Amino acid sequence: MPHQAPPPSASPDTSNEPRRRLMAALANATPDRLAAALAPFAPLPAHEMVRAPETGLVMVRGRMGGTGAPFNLGEVTVTRCVVRLENGVAGSSYVMGRSKQKALHAALVDALWQNPALTEAVEREIIAPLASEAEAADATVRAETAATKVDFFTMVRGDD
Amino acid sequence: MYVAVKGGEKAIRNAHRLMATKRRGDRSVPGLTLDQIAGQLAIAVTRVMGEGSLYDEGLAALAIKQARGDLIEAVFLLRAYRTTLPRFGYSEPVDTGAMLVERRISATFKDLPGGQLLGPTFDYTHRLLDFKLAADGELDTPLTAEVTETAMPRVTDLLSGEGLIEEDVQPEETAAVGDLTREPLSFPAGRDLRLQNLARGDEGFLLALAYSTQRGYGRTHPFAGEIRYGAVEVEFFAEELGFAVPLGRINVTECQMVNQFKGSAKVPPQFTRGYGLVFGQVERKAMSMAMVDRSLRCEELGEERTAPAQDEEFVMSHSDNVQATGFVEHLKLPHYVDFQAELDLVRRMRGEWFDRQAADQAAASDAIGSGATDTSEKEAAE
Amino acid sequence: MTARLLSAAALSPGFSDPVHQGQQVFRSVMMALARPGRLTAIEAAGIQPPAPLTPALAAMALALADYDTPLWLDPALARSDAVGQFLKFHTGASVMTSPLEATFALVSDARTLPALSSFALGTLEYPDRSTTLLIGVDSFTGGKAVTLTGPGIETTQPLRVSPVPVTFWDQAEDNTRLFPRGVDMVFAAGNEIVGLPRSTSITRSEA
Repeated sequence: MPHQAPPPSASPDTSNEPRRRLMAALANATPDRLAAALAPFAPLPAHEMVRAPETGLVMVRGRMGGTGAPFNLGEVTVTRCVVRLENGVAGSSYVMGRSKQKALHAALVDALWQNPALTEAVEREIIAPLASEAEAADATVRAETAATKVDFFTMVRGDD
Repeated sequence: MYVAVKGGEKAIRNAHRLMATKRRGDRSVPGLTLDQIAGQLAIAVTRVMGEGSLYDEGLAALAIKQARGDLIEAVFLLRAYRTTLPRFGYSEPVDTGAMLVERRISATFKDLPGGQLLGPTFDYTHRLLDFKLAADGELDTPLTAEVTETAMPRVTDLLSGEGLIEEDVQPEETAAVGDLTREPLSFPAGRDLRLQNLARGDEGFLLALAYSTQRGYGRTHPFAGEIRYGAVEVEFFAEELGFAVPLGRINVTECQMVNQFKGSAKVPPQFTRGYGLVFGQVERKAMSMAMVDRSLRCEELGEERTAPAQDEEFVMSHSDNVQATGFVEHLKLPHYVDFQAELDLVRRMRGEWFDRQAADQAAASDAIGSGATDTSEKEAAE
Repeated sequence: MTARLLSAAALSPGFSDPVHQGQQVFRSVMMALARPGRLTAIEAAGIQPPAPLTPALAAMALALADYDTPLWLDPALARSDAVGQFLKFHTGASVMTSPLEATFALVSDARTLPALSSFALGTLEYPDRSTTLLIGVDSFTGGKAVTLTGPGIETTQPLRVSPVPVTFWDQAEDNTRLFPRGVDMVFAAGNEIVGLPRSTSITRSEA
């Protein structure tokens, strides 16, 4: 059957940026680290599974030449989950890997964060530490890589 | 012809049990953990992920362990596993320009913004066996340096504008993207399908093809414009959320080959390009992919197709090592009935051959006995 | 693409254990198609889909449909936004307006079943590129009696399906004659399903 066109990219509307940042921080944490980050919010809120954690595949795309037309590179395992809290708020997650626990925790954090009374606490207790750990890890990679930068010097030819 | 044969179940069971023991090896030696494989045989793991076309380090490490280090068998295991999972959809195209770069070199531009970063590489090592490593001795921690430039523009973006180098063709937003995992391969194939095929193709096969172009079988005059390795963010447009969700990061190697091009009736002389993108740090494969990608563009660029690396049907039909190993290795399976039929055929042909020989000999001796008619015929023919 | 954003907050849950429930339902559908005309139980408890989608139809849709399999919905289902969102969210499948483009067709009201020939019938080269129809009916006791023969049936298998359009059995016979092309059908009433693949021959037992 014919393939559907790729979904349109997220609109330039930036209202989703805070939630995207939250999801990025959750996705980049290890399952154990995320479980630990959620500890201050124990016990976990009562919830209904709208979509029980489920592992599947997302086909990763690249672009020809780096900026041209898309092509399919290969798949990644992704686990997703949707929970609904008693107040009716639904939290979603899509995280790389096969950890069902991580997908559930990420969906719960997303749901808690959407409650205005908890947004700040979630940002402070979970998102900020995860984001700064990730930033520190990236900074280490950059600094170690910078030490392998080539400093060229030109060999001056003799005058005579 | 295929004929079912039954039997051997017990032998198969016992053989697998024996294989499991051999796989474990000496039990007084600790067993390998998946973390050890993923962490210390990282390039084997990424090769299996790339050719298995499934990015999951834990699964690739398990496959390598199960396959006793037979990487093609491990690729096969990963391909089989992926068929058990549902497809959620397609990611947004990854942006290699925004990569967290761990290595980035250019063989064509010495002073490029962001600099030449060697990163973790085997290049410039002396290829001498390091017996200290065998002893697992103390390890120096890597040095760090101040990061002065963070922007890492792609080399090919730097040259664009002057027209010296061809620019990427901008796609129509709604154009369908071919997917080999969904549609059977047919020819001619677009560049999207070719790149997908090469990205999951066998490293050794692509390496040999790329090498063949260097040795004159469809020369493309390549330069390694840029090779970069590092982490890119993968995003997935989730319809129920209405925005692209960051899923996490994957490591990829990208290679931009820049190739001299004499120009054609329509296009002035300029540099053309071949592109390689693979999971993990598999530089040799990314370079080979870029070279073969360029070779396969021969028709588009008005070049004569003379060499195997320019023949997309040849390249794409033989690049997949799971398909290849399946067809080659199936020869091990019982072919008793086929062979029996062949045996009968060969026996019959031999019988006929010997009969003919005997008849010819009899005719020849008859001729000798009856005089020299043979010679006179020959003379007449002359 | 759907113009409206899916609202997860308003969605009914799907399978609580997607892998195992999906496998159970898949097995039921496989058995139903392997043994044409025979009643097969389907485990659809726990799914509360928005009306007029029934639990059995919803369970089959969730087990069978995915991102790669476009769906067609009959007018009664297509009218309901809730049904469209439920299916989109849980299966990822796109909903097509033309039955020709559908891998699976969901029919909640069998009386309005379009002509079988309006669905994808596959090609001689790829007979699998055809639509599988999932059809909700009232019962397997009313309606005209037919007798089935063919692969998966030892001798003969009686079948009644009610309701179906007046010309349905004529169309079903035509469908069989198209083999290896043609559509496959699964009927659902309550928690039971019956398969009617294209390979099954149909004889009307005139009463």
